[in-house]
Amino acid sequence: MTVVERREVALVDLLDRLLAGGVVITGDITLRIADVDLVRIDLNALISSVNEQVPSPWGS
Amino acid sequence: MTGLRYVYAVCHPLGAPLQAELTGVAGDPPRLLTHHGLIAVVSHVPERDFAEQPLRAHLEDLDWLTETARAHQGVIDALTVVTTPLPLRLGTVFRDDSGVRVMMEAREDDFRHTLDRLEGRVEWGVKVYVESEPEETGEPAEKAASGRDYLRQRRRYVRAHEDLWQQAEEFASRLHAVLSSHAEDSRLHAPQNATLSGISGQNVLNAAYLVSRHESEEFVELVDRTKDDVPGLRVELTGPWAAYSFAGEETGEGDTT
Repeated sequence: MTVVERREVALVDLLDRLLAGGVVITGDITLRIADVDLVRIDLNALISSVNEQVPSPWGS
Repeated sequence: MTGLRYVYAVCHPLGAPLQAELTGVAGDPPRLLTHHGLIAVVSHVPERDFAEQPLRAHLEDLDWLTETARAHQGVIDALTVVTTPLPLRLGTVFRDDSGVRVMMEAREDDFRHTLDRLEGRVEWGVKVYVESEPEETGEPAEKAASGRDYLRQRRRYVRAHEDLWQQAEEFASRLHAVLSSHAEDSRLHAPQNATLSGISGQNVLNAAYLVSRHESEEFVELVDRTKDDVPGLRVELTGPWAAYSFAGEETGEGDTT
């Protein structure tokens, strides 16, 4: 195996999985924060806040 | 005992103990909560950070999110060494152990079904990037001897650019088809935001593949062989991951796109 180089896992790859993957539990027994849409909206807000600070090089 | 319960994963009883010095979210070592022969892997987390409102606020804080995501991943990684965990979404929090048990009871059939489906399998992430703009480092436009030369250069540049994008799309869909045929399941994630990833190049494919452990070496070699096929494109492999992208219902459709 030549491709796999164990470096630190990139945050975006992690968030792809932790915020879009994984079993979603909803209902009265949770605090209802695992709700899909909630987390997704938060991530989008996060990305746009990062974008505002650093304009995308692909904008033009 | 105070505090809320943060659940990382559900799994079958572990064949070997977790590494001793493992700490999870909020610095709390993961504990194993057994219910009806299944195990929930749980940390005790403080209400001031993990109750609904503070957690929601924290999720918008990149540093906090990073730390928590890495802690979550650390526990899942450690579990992956000893079992095939069924990971839960980041930020799944219950009031107490009994809340966790109620959840496990309610979802027991689902969990067993999904654990069986994932047993002995891992997830590989494959991304394709358009590495750079073509001829970006070529002669600057000022060198054009005339307006006509400039336009010619410009046209050539635009055409090369379009060609590269078309090639990228074709390559990505071909690669996805090949890899899917060597995987048990696949998911397409939304292309990654270049700003957030801090990685050069535009992400055109962001896919996850479910592959059994014993076929993983072959899968990795397959990715390795295809990765230099088209100049200007870059293929990146990540993993093996716990099967995060395949933990939900079998919908048979792409995940986020």
